[in-house]
Amino acid sequence: MALSGIQIYKLLPQTNCKECGFPTCLAFAMKLAAKQVELAACPYVTETSKVQLAESAAPPIRLVTLKAGNFEVKAGNEVVLFRHDKTFYNRPGIFIRIYDDQSLADIQVKVSTADAYAVNYVGMDLTLDGFAIASRAGNPQSFATAVNAVRQSSHKPIILMSRNVDIMTAGLSALNNETPLIYGADATNWEAFTGLANQYKAPLGVLAPDLDTLADLTEKIKSKGVDDMVLDPGGRELGSGLALGTQIRRLAVKKNFRALGYPVISFPGDAGDVGLEAIRAAQALAKYAGYIVLDTFSPDLVYPLLVLRQNIYTDPQKPIQVQPGIYEINAPQPTDPVLVTTNFSITYFSVANEVEGSGLPAWLLVTDAEGMSVLTAWAAGKFDAERIAKAVKSFNIADKVSRKRIVLPGHVAVLSGELESELPDWEIRVGPREAVDLPSFMKQVL
Amino acid sequence: MPVEIPKDNWPGTVRSVIIGATAAQGGTRQKTITVGGEKTLPFLNFEHLMPNPPVVAIEIKDRRPEDWSSLLLQIWGDAVNNPAQWAKAAEAAGADLLQLSLSLTDSTGNPTKSESAVETVKAVLAASGLPLMIFGPGQANTDNELLVPIAEAAKGERLVLGICEDKNYRTIVAASMANGHLVNSRTPMDVNLAKQLNILVSDMGMPLDRILMDPTTGALGYGIEYGYSAMERLRLAALQGDSMTQFPMLVTPGFEAWKTKEAKVSTGVPTAWGDWMERSIHWETLTAITLIEAGADIVVLRHPESLRRVKLAITDLVSAPAA
Repeated sequence: MALSGIQIYKLLPQTNCKECGFPTCLAFAMKLAAKQVELAACPYVTETSKVQLAESAAPPIRLVTLKAGNFEVKAGNEVVLFRHDKTFYNRPGIFIRIYDDQSLADIQVKVSTADAYAVNYVGMDLTLDGFAIASRAGNPQSFATAVNAVRQSSHKPIILMSRNVDIMTAGLSALNNETPLIYGADATNWEAFTGLANQYKAPLGVLAPDLDTLADLTEKIKSKGVDDMVLDPGGRELGSGLALGTQIRRLAVKKNFRALGYPVISFPGDAGDVGLEAIRAAQALAKYAGYIVLDTFSPDLVYPLLVLRQNIYTDPQKPIQVQPGIYEINAPQPTDPVLVTTNFSITYFSVANEVEGSGLPAWLLVTDAEGMSVLTAWAAGKFDAERIAKAVKSFNIADKVSRKRIVLPGHVAVLSGELESELPDWEIRVGPREAVDLPSFMKQVL
Repeated sequence: MPVEIPKDNWPGTVRSVIIGATAAQGGTRQKTITVGGEKTLPFLNFEHLMPNPPVVAIEIKDRRPEDWSSLLLQIWGDAVNNPAQWAKAAEAAGADLLQLSLSLTDSTGNPTKSESAVETVKAVLAASGLPLMIFGPGQANTDNELLVPIAEAAKGERLVLGICEDKNYRTIVAASMANGHLVNSRTPMDVNLAKQLNILVSDMGMPLDRILMDPTTGALGYGIEYGYSAMERLRLAALQGDSMTQFPMLVTPGFEAWKTKEAKVSTGVPTAWGDWMERSIHWETLTAITLIEAGADIVVLRHPESLRRVKLAITDLVSAPAA
């Protein structure tokens, strides 16, 4: 648990020597609490305090990174149970699993298609993070061959899945200069697997049937020098998965319980049914998984999951904004109307979606309202006649339309008078309050 | 190493609300539905068993909804032309209850008449024994005109009447109080607005066990995170003991998901969107399940396959071991 400035102050020498560059120890403590300076700047702090401060500075959930080439998939470092309390930081890595008893051709087709998959959402290209390779053939040679096949089709990070030390060694030997997840260690193989994790400097997946055993196992593994672990607490059903995920997150965040302070891996693909796989993956996204392994790769499944991940991991303090500008909907002509809205992403998408769905062409003018919705922006003075007129001029809309008609959102009908004086050669119309009423308004009124 | 599981012990409880009334209770429903009663966050059986699992309603319309995705019109077939048949089909598909949404205009393009709306409600009540929710077209004046006579005609049925918003709550609440119905108190994705409307509704003397709250939501990709967090915060406030948030929550993921381009449009979309039908079902299902895990007690869906999947998921969620 992170210490407050005052708690840190109590651990400092309290001499106000200024050698750290700050006027008082308290000022230095405040900077430490805000993680803006290093403790090393204080020459006089005691060893005991150093240990205490180092422990408190460590995040409650260890940051684990899987790497391959230029790709990195981070999990951990989360500090809250609810996104509204602050935000969730590291979007869970979504991996596609293949099995080493599949034909090489099947593996390569699936992996290269999934590797190339990208879908645009709110101007961002969303992609998958990597591949899990599971041993099912039961021999090292098949596993190494499958790993090679995946590596030939993708450069993204890898999760190796076998609990047999010889098979895992074969998989690890097939990879060069990268950091896969070794999955995994259990109560019977943990010593050998700890050896592999140390030898290959890779994080270790740890499996146990209950949290008591899991905590024992991570402590034993840690004592052998492995710091980076990923937990598999079981819980393949939705209900037990939710309970275990919540318990682990609570123990880490509220109790600073180090033995379970690691990211969790989830296997929705084990559901064996695409509908349930999607639902389990959705739960894992919102309820605390760090890595998610799917068995199904199909765009209609992956697209909603990537969007959900983006939504849940949006910083609640920073609404997603769209770029102010003029957007063409349904190939508008110079005679078509100009609709005005703000650059708050939901406002933009509500309006754009309705107009697009109606099939009616229009120019959509998105003003810079600092990411606020129409009413909020109006109340805050970020969406007024002056700003709208400025947007009309700066985006040169007059060059695109022959009939100068501009439609205001109904909520800001009050602006129409002022806007008439700002834009004297424009016809100012007041549209509906809600985006959903735009199509009928456009059909009947425009 | 024995791990001590941190358990929350909340002072507050969500109120239990019963929807529908059987003959013995003054209505004609074959069964009633109870929602709410939670003492902890959703499905955390290791703290408290969930007294009433979330339920799934199917939305039906008073006439063929031309603006609906053709996937929905196809799957319900001829039933979309007849609300009574549609109600039966929804019941057969496994719906726990029904939401009848009234249209702004009738098939001739004229404003929907209250007499015909009443007839539709009677036909639906006769066709299905499930508890029923009636939503107006969402324009305050029209909602009032249609819902008041319906409330009177279906006296004692414990219908849920909506949309009860800040603009028209007085009329809807009065009609519900006088005729033994419930209200769905709807506000736009904001904890304080939700609480404020609940206070106004209860100040009119509406019994607190006859109020549902509808914090609204966006669909997946269209603002679900706002609805999700508003719902998590409302439920936390309820558990912390804030009386005016201790109502079961209703949301309409079907309405939201099926108006997205992802569900409505099959052509001219990126190939990365995949199969239209599967994508649409995932869109509705994932919107619903995410909100159920944020505290929704009633989700209103549109597609029978989504209904099937969400009900399976709820069964799985409530069956988590207690300890």
